[in-house]
Order: sequence, then C-alpha cells, then structure tokens
Amino acid sequence: MAEERKIKVIIAKPGLDGHDRGAKVVARALRDGGMEVVYTGIRQTPEMIAETALQEDADMVGLSILSGAHLELFPRIVDELKKRGMDDVVLFGGGIIPQEDMPRLEKLGFKGIFGPGSSTLDIVEWVRENAPTRGATSGS
Amino acid sequence: MGTRERADKGRDQRVVTDDLVARLVDGDKRALTRILSFVENGYPEGRQAMKALFARTGRAHIVGITGPTGCGKSTLIAVLAREYRSRGRTVGIVAVDPTSPFSRGAVLGDRIRMQELTSDPGVFIRSMATRGALGGLAPATNDVVTILDAAHKDVILVETVGAGQDEVDVADTAHTAIVISLPGAGDEVQAIKAGILEIADILVVNKADQPRADMTARQLAAFLTLGRDEGWEVPVLKTVALKGQGVAELADAIDRHRAFLETSGRLEEARRHRARRQLLALAREELLARTLASAEADGQVERLVEAIAKREVDPHTAAERLIEGAG
Repeated sequence: MAEERKIKVIIAKPGLDGHDRGAKVVARALRDGGMEVVYTGIRQTPEMIAETALQEDADMVGLSILSGAHLELFPRIVDELKKRGMDDVVLFGGGIIPQEDMPRLEKLGFKGIFGPGSSTLDIVEWVRENAPTRGATSGS
Repeated sequence: MGTRERADKGRDQRVVTDDLVARLVDGDKRALTRILSFVENGYPEGRQAMKALFARTGRAHIVGITGPTGCGKSTLIAVLAREYRSRGRTVGIVAVDPTSPFSRGAVLGDRIRMQELTSDPGVFIRSMATRGALGGLAPATNDVVTILDAAHKDVILVETVGAGQDEVDVADTAHTAIVISLPGAGDEVQAIKAGILEIADILVVNKADQPRADMTARQLAAFLTLGRDEGWEVPVLKTVALKGQGVAELADAIDRHRAFLETSGRLEEARRHRARRQLLALAREELLARTLASAEADGQVERLVEAIAKREVDPHTAAERLIEGAG
C-alpha cells in the first residue's frame, strides 16, 4: 500500500449543551478540505474526548462549546490528554467564547479559537497550516 | 539521502518499532494507537510491527457486521460489545466509513452510537475511512484487525460501510459474517440475487419491533433453505438493537458458529485460504512497487503514458514493455 498521510481531526462537544449544528458544519467543511474527521457527538466528558483522541491517534482536537463552561472544561481536557501521553495533539476551539478568555485558553495550548461568524474556509485553512508534521519515527 | 544515512534511518525505525511493539504487548494503548497509524498510513514501521507481532496473532474471534445504511450496525455493535463485556471478554471494534471521492476527506461518525464504551478499558474502538477501496472496508482494515488481535482483544467486531449489494470483502476478513436487514426491505427477488446475503453466516433482522419484521425474517429463512448446504444452518435472528433485545441470542449464535468452524475443520480451511490470499496479495504489491519504482525513476512510465495517449502504442503492449524494461 502506498503511504497516505491524512490529517485526522476529532470534533467533539464537551459539556451539556446540545447545540451541535456548528460542530457538524465544521466537520463537514474539514471533510471537504480532505481531512479525516471523527465526530463524537454531544455531551462528551473530558475523559471521553481524551480517550477518543488516544484510540484514534488524532493529530488535532477541535472543541465546540456554547454553554460558557469552556474555562471549566478545556483545562480538564488538556489534563486528560496529558495523562494519556497525548501532549502533542494540536488543540482548537469554537463557539461562544469571550475575547477576554482568549489569553487563558492560549496558555492552555489552544492556538485557534473561532467565534460566531468565522468562515469555514478560514477554519480549514488554519487546520491545514497548524497540523503537526508528525513523521512515522517521531511522536511516539 | 546516501546509503549510510538510509541505513541509519532504517535502524532508527527498527529501534522505535521494537520499543512500541514491546509496549503494545504490555498493554500500552499509546503504543497500540501509534502502530495502528503506521499500518493505516503504509509506513515501513507498520510493516515491521506486523512482522514482529505475527506470532501473537490468531487468537481473536473476528466478527464482520454489514448491511445497508441506517440499518443499525453501529448501535448493534455497541450493545453486542456490552454483551461480550458482561461475559468477561475484551472487545476491539473497527468501524469503517466512506471517503469522499471528491475531496478524499471523510466524516467518521460511528463512535456516536458507541459513546458509552469509550470509558471501558476493555474496549478499544478505531475508526477508518475507506480511502478509495470499494469492497466495504478500508485498505488496511485486515492489518488493523491483526494488530488488535495481537493486543489481546478476545473478540473483534468489524463494521463495514453502509453496504448495498456488493460490499462482500468482510467475508474474507471475518470468521463470522453477520448481515443485517430491515423489516420490509426488498422482496423475494432481492433475496435471490447474488451478493451480500450469500456471505451471511448469521442473518439479523434489526428494528424487529416494526411491522413486517416477521414476514422479512420468514422470507429470508425461506431463501436460505434453497441455499448452500455446508453443515451450518444460517440462523435468522430478530433484534431491536436500541432496546438490547435479541443481543444475547446473537452472541450465542456467534459462539455456536465459532464452535462449528472449529469442529468442522472450516477454521483451518479459512486460515489456509486467507494465508494464500495474503501471500499472493503482498507479493503482488511488492513486485508492482519494485517494477514501478525503477520505471518511474527513469521516466519510462511517463513516456509510455504519452505514447498511449497519442495512440502510438496500445496499453497491453505498453504494460508488457514496462515489465520487460524493469526486469
């Protein structure tokens, strides 16, 4: 079989809000951008999201949250990922996230945050540019 | 890259792979997921891992599950996995969804129905995209199943893409092939056409709380009495996956089929059949890669492509020249 390297992205919805239209639109846009997107569905705990990223060996994890609990949940997700040796996963997020929370999320490792009105093209472009160039012999 | 450098890189790869293989055998999930990615992406490390792990394979029972889009494959797999867990067995799940022929991307959504299993350490789920393969599975599905076997999974459940009539590759991958139908789907002519129903070791009518489930089950059973007689009578089971109904019976039927395969010698036969297929497929791939590597490097492929496009040479003759040139 020929080598075929795909960017593998998890799109997950942590917490209790059930509004997943945005997450699905982003999943679809990333698919159209040539990525392999694992969509987990709604109401995911931090453990479930990290475990999914581990089992799928994801390159990137995108979190969609509209409940306002991002400062509560995002750090726990980062912890759970670390616990599983997944520190090299690139994180991004979207939803209703106030400007003033951005620095804290950036410090946690969330390089991209996409609020309402973000264009899916921009998101796909960002994902492509920020995908880790993980070779076969690195990142174990 | 010089010869020395390449040799060094080869050594590095082996060291990395040996370490990962050892960790996988110890039950390290990070090592398992890395090796699965190597295999899925066709890296040399994947091949090394497959070689190193072969001696540890051949233990798991592999169950293929196929059927049309929306028939409840993922839901049935989730409840079946729970049933196996209650019987003390570990479970690997490989769920395949289609790759877009246009963007080459994919949305893999089978985990949505399996969420509860994510926190169970005795279950490991991996999603795969078909990446252009047409038989209902991904190119590396067999290898991923083999690795999960080496990683001590007792039962491996393989979910195909939503299948129509012709996605029958799962019959080669699995020891037990389950084909799911829906109440009222198709008529008796559908049931006698060649294809997917023929590969079933067990037939399931899911969503059996809907009207016409009995009739569909009867039609399928009638079709089966006309079919192959190989010492195994294909059972037709009714399930309601969402409510967990009929799932214990399904797990029992799978165990009965396994016992039949063992006592009848079919398991051995299938093993030999698979060995032959694997050997020839890998040899074919290797030969092709070697032939094309030299022919592509010196531009012969492009020259022949041009010649065919200009109708100066026919494709059969060109292919013969390609192979002779490489030899």
